[in-house]
Amino acid sequence: MNGSGKWRVSRRGVLAGGSASAAMATMLDAQPSHPRRQADIPVYDVSFTVNGEPRTLSLDPRTTLLDTLREHLQLTGTKKGCDHGQCGACTVLVDGFRINSCLSLAVMHEGDRVTTIEGVGSPDHLHAMQRAFVQHDGFQCGYCTPGQICSAVAVLKEIEAGVPSHVTEDLTATCVPSRAEMRERMSGNICRCGAYANISDAMAEVAGVNV
Amino acid sequence: MKPFTYERPRTAADAVAAVLRKPGGRFIAGGTNLLDLMKLQVETPGHLVDVQDLGFNKIEPTPDGGLRIGALVTNTVLAADPRIKRDYGVLSRAIVAGASGQLRNKATTAGNLLQRTRCPYFYDTNQPCNKRQPGSGCGAIGGASRGLGLMGVSTSCIATHPSDMAVAMRLLDAKVETIDDVGTVRSIPIADFHQLPGTTPHIETILRPGELITGVELPRPLGGRHVYHKVRDRASYAFALVSVAAVLQRDGSGRVAVGGVAPKPWRVEAAEPLLRRSSESFANSLLSGAAPTEDNHFKLALVERTLAGILHEVRA
Amino acid sequence: MEFSAPSPDNAIDQLKIVGKPTTRIDGPLKTTGSAPYAYERHDVAADQAYGFIVGAAIAKGTIKAIDLREARAAAGVIGTVSTLDYSPLALGPMNTANLFGGAKVEHYHQAIAVVVAETFEQARAAAALVRVDYARSEGEYSLDRAAHTAVSVPPEEGERRAVGDFPSAFAQAAVTIDREYTTPGHSHAMMEPHATIAAWEKGRLTVWTSNQMIGWGKRDLCKAFGLKPNQVRIDSPYIGGGFGGKLFVRSDVMVAALAARVVGRPVKLALHRPLIINNTTHRAATRQRIRIGAERSGKIVAIAHDSISGNLPNGKPERSVQQTTLFYGSANVAVDLRMAQVDLPEANAMRAPGEAPGLMALEIAMDEMAEKLGLDPVVFRIMNDTQVDPTKPDRHFSERNFVECLRTGAERFGWSDRPAKPASRREGRWLIGMGMAGGFRNNQLQPSAARVRLRRDGKIIVETDMTDIGTGSYTIIAQTAAETMGVKLTDVVVVLGDSDFPVSAGSGGQFGAVNSTSGVYAACIKLQSLILERLGFDSADATFVNGKIQVGSRSVTLKEAVQSGELLAEDGIVYAKGYEERAQQSTFAGHFVEVAVDSFTGETHIRRMLAVCDAGRILNPITARSQVIGAMTMGAGAALMEELVVDTRFGFFVNHDLAGYEVPVHADIPHQEVIFLNKVDPWSTPMKAKGVGELGICGVAAAVANAVYNATGVRIRDYPITLDKYLANLPRPD
Ligand SMILES: Cc1cc2nc3c(=O)[nH]c(=O)nc-3n(C[C@H](O)[C@H](O)[C@H](O)COP(=O)(O)OP(=O)(O)OC[C@H]3O[C@@H](n4cnc5c(N)ncnc54)[C@H](O)[C@@H]3O)c2cc1C
Ligand code: SF4
Ligand code: FES
Ligand code: FES
Repeated sequence: MNGSGKWRVSRRGVLAGGSASAAMATMLDAQPSHPRRQADIPVYDVSFTVNGEPRTLSLDPRTTLLDTLREHLQLTGTKKGCDHGQCGACTVLVDGFRINSCLSLAVMHEGDRVTTIEGVGSPDHLHAMQRAFVQHDGFQCGYCTPGQICSAVAVLKEIEAGVPSHVTEDLTATCVPSRAEMRERMSGNICRCGAYANISDAMAEVAGVNV
Repeated sequence: MKPFTYERPRTAADAVAAVLRKPGGRFIAGGTNLLDLMKLQVETPGHLVDVQDLGFNKIEPTPDGGLRIGALVTNTVLAADPRIKRDYGVLSRAIVAGASGQLRNKATTAGNLLQRTRCPYFYDTNQPCNKRQPGSGCGAIGGASRGLGLMGVSTSCIATHPSDMAVAMRLLDAKVETIDDVGTVRSIPIADFHQLPGTTPHIETILRPGELITGVELPRPLGGRHVYHKVRDRASYAFALVSVAAVLQRDGSGRVAVGGVAPKPWRVEAAEPLLRRSSESFANSLLSGAAPTEDNHFKLALVERTLAGILHEVRA
Repeated sequence: MEFSAPSPDNAIDQLKIVGKPTTRIDGPLKTTGSAPYAYERHDVAADQAYGFIVGAAIAKGTIKAIDLREARAAAGVIGTVSTLDYSPLALGPMNTANLFGGAKVEHYHQAIAVVVAETFEQARAAAALVRVDYARSEGEYSLDRAAHTAVSVPPEEGERRAVGDFPSAFAQAAVTIDREYTTPGHSHAMMEPHATIAAWEKGRLTVWTSNQMIGWGKRDLCKAFGLKPNQVRIDSPYIGGGFGGKLFVRSDVMVAALAARVVGRPVKLALHRPLIINNTTHRAATRQRIRIGAERSGKIVAIAHDSISGNLPNGKPERSVQQTTLFYGSANVAVDLRMAQVDLPEANAMRAPGEAPGLMALEIAMDEMAEKLGLDPVVFRIMNDTQVDPTKPDRHFSERNFVECLRTGAERFGWSDRPAKPASRREGRWLIGMGMAGGFRNNQLQPSAARVRLRRDGKIIVETDMTDIGTGSYTIIAQTAAETMGVKLTDVVVVLGDSDFPVSAGSGGQFGAVNSTSGVYAACIKLQSLILERLGFDSADATFVNGKIQVGSRSVTLKEAVQSGELLAEDGIVYAKGYEERAQQSTFAGHFVEVAVDSFTGETHIRRMLAVCDAGRILNPITARSQVIGAMTMGAGAALMEELVVDTRFGFFVNHDLAGYEVPVHADIPHQEVIFLNKVDPWSTPMKAKGVGELGICGVAAAVANAVYNATGVRIRDYPITLDKYLANLPRPD
């Protein structure tokens, strides 16, 4: 603190309890105000593979798969947009199925096979879908992009596997990767930059769909 | 999210025992609703019993020509099952009208039935909500209620049940199968499964503490034309303003259940003969006794018009 | 480099690299998840602790006490920070609502405490244990209730609000309309939450954050914490969207910095999604009134636009009327901007502030007027084009090709096929309609600097505090440097977003691309002269091509030129005082939309969208197109679904998450076509380009609204145009 008076501990704060003076002392000498606590929370071991690599972790059971990837394994390609299943930025593949990794606990994935964007491709070895996204500018800020790409890869497989969608005309006929099918199925991945039309072009190219 | 302990039993008996053994025990299936609410501390279980290994993930024929869906069958697998697509199209359609591809890959049959309301006041722990905190009042009444209910609601709570799947199951007269800690097995008609709020909106289903859903039974196929029309503000990944599930027969008879209007899928069998007459007369009967708010009054007309559209298409 | 007159021919005009469709140079990083965003910088500081913010549970009042005991005793907790421990942190000049400190609660979810723990899970759980005792005060949360108390906001310097005599001209006009329109509050809802890692080292604060305007952020942090410029560093190389919501440092930066001081460790935190909408800023709701008077021929003779918005005391109004004095020619114009006090979260800039909501209203009014005059809306707009500033007719537009936007658009879209009579075209259960609207947004000139190095390996390194919020800055800056220095795109390295670099225009007001590239151009020209100086070449006839400097028959590679050591040049673009006043610099668009409305349920699907844009030279058609389609998507959201729903009893935005605040998803957006007229505007800058990223949203919502009207015959003047508003009047199939 350089005493400019613009950032001072208020009197009210001092009166409110002991915390302010503790904070003040900390600010002056930049020492931790509390000793580190050992967590008195149960910890669970969990093992799964991520992008083919076996991983074993000891985790607070509250840790989501998303935070496990981002914070514990430092695989930050998977994004957190909402943490509540409302955006799709956290999409990863588990045993080949795309899921929102924010709404799943890591401990629920014992033995699972997790694929993240880092496992889809790398800057030097782009997956066809990643290349198509670059070519068609299927992104802007890039924050929703890993989730979009993981979803896009899975969507083409879902269509192949005959999983119906809201726009499937005939439930019993063979699913085809039309533009409308892809748009509907990608709708769990929000892009506020609004790259949808370009993502659609990128996917159409990979799926070999004309226009 | 409050701290909790976690276990993953292998049998239903163990699971039921486990959930009662510790205070605040809860089953977790896909986790897509429970974890959402736990992060906000709307739900605060102390112990999670993960049911994924219990083996309830098959879809099997029943002796009387129906299908038995395991409680853990995911929404994607259910919607994509060839038998469901062929014989229970309305169910397949209802499921894929809900949530997103990612969520449906995790969401389970039991979890979907038990998902809780999306009322924004229920989600915000700073706000009054009788369902979340009995006796605290209802934030939605007199507040923002455009998405909320008008049938079966009470002065304590006007929440809707948000499930699409459940609307189709109600239409199909599905039965919810459960087991409890002493091994009692129940088969609950879905009509009786969800409870109206009355003065106890925190009680949402007929399930007893620790009771585990093992599956859902569908009676024999109905034949006919299967339609699920979900109306929402955006084209996908949104909850229904109103949804209409219908199975209509060549002779003009049919069944209709409606979502987005009530704390449970809304169906009035006694009104169904009126389907032959007109969408208006059916809707008037289905929605008699409605208690709309200024914000959600439009749902009355919307139900009727959505049904009119369905009848128009099917009868064209 | 001072810019004081329209630009003569220059290196950019070669257009070997600038202006060419160029995929993003950061594309491989972004598509593989390798681009690090703020919360992901594990490498920048050791021993990062996790913070979790507590938001106020009331909209207005005072905090009597905060009990942190339980939180501090919780597992893993290493520190807490309470708003009561501090006086309100001093705010930057463009913000209104207190960001942290003091007992006063000004809006819902204002940050009032932060809990720091070893893990995110611990911090979040402990934050729920913070007990707060409030004294609520009465507040006004309804714009409709407060509207009658609104007062006129005085014009800003140079702003002209009236010309001629509107009241008499309107009274005498042969054909008039007088209509009211409402627009709701909007949320930026960018996908990356506001997030910060803060660390103190020897009294110096570094924040790795997500921010559009590094220079402003540094200024505001210095002010808030009483630090000198050399004591603050902001680093923001990748930003997961901003749209105006990250123009300013927000509470995440403030409390992370405070918490890091308190716990003596780097602290990282993000605003959790349900907090963002009420904690940060939003686009204000408006109540607008538009009056247009015209001759029977269709010539507008009088136009008035009044707008009321709400904000906290000392907040700024939503400037919804600003385009109305410039867009259409009329001898009599009067606009009024009023503001009422409401105790909702701070209203501030969101993509195309002013024009976006202003044109949502004005361009419906133009449609209504055209109909009343019996004119085609395209023809009506063309008739009323102006090449001069109507409020100052001796002042011309630098370049204005609005008419061409409209003609090209009409032709390309097949506008002649539009059903002239509303609700007259059916395809089965669907009612089909077409709508169009004009788009208008000013081009703003802002100083912008950069540093350019010629490294000994021959690579050009560009460093500026400019940001890339999805706009494509990395790529167009590389194109600019490559073009100017005569090297390949791959020989340029661009480093952005670090406050230790020269101050750029930043990303806002669609001024980023044109000004930041101009600054880079200026620095490159300076680097050229340093190179020539070192080589002893006469600068007059030197050229920089193919990685070589050529003077007459002599040719030296750039690499050879720096054998004795790298060269570094720093310069920027500045604009001569009064230059902007000489000509009006604006951008224009014609938006065309086709919709299908379900005649039973009222559900609307957009089938086609076209934008024709006049925005000067297009530096990179790929990234520019993306800006425009993204803006069109946001405009579609504004038209059909986006609305911050206010609880006028408790004073907060109820739908405060991404499930409640609906923005368009894939299935809402059809194929979108964008045409750039690509008219060079030498008035703007040496780049001869203008902004485009906000132009794309201007007018879109009205085009959708007009299409819905054309489809249904029901005119809705209250956004968003949701089915509940017109269901009762929607014609069914017979
Ligand atoms: C953003 C978003 C949008 C959505 N949109 C829609 C939509 O449009 N339509 C729609 O229908 N749904 C929608 N959903 C909800 C989604 O369908 C549910 O979250 C999902 O079906 C819940 O299933 P689950 O298996 O994940 O349940 P969980 O979260 O695991 O559990 C939910 C509840 O069920 C209990 N439970 C689970 N299994 C059993 C069992 N076997 N026996 C007893 N109790 C059990 C749990 O204890 C818990 O209380 C949406 C969800 C999100 C997050
Ligand atoms: S409607 Fe029900 S869920 Fe919503 S606030 Fe009222 S009591 Fe709670
Ligand atoms: S972060 Fe998981 S859906 Fe948004
Ligand atoms: S690229 Fe920014 S949100 Fe999709």
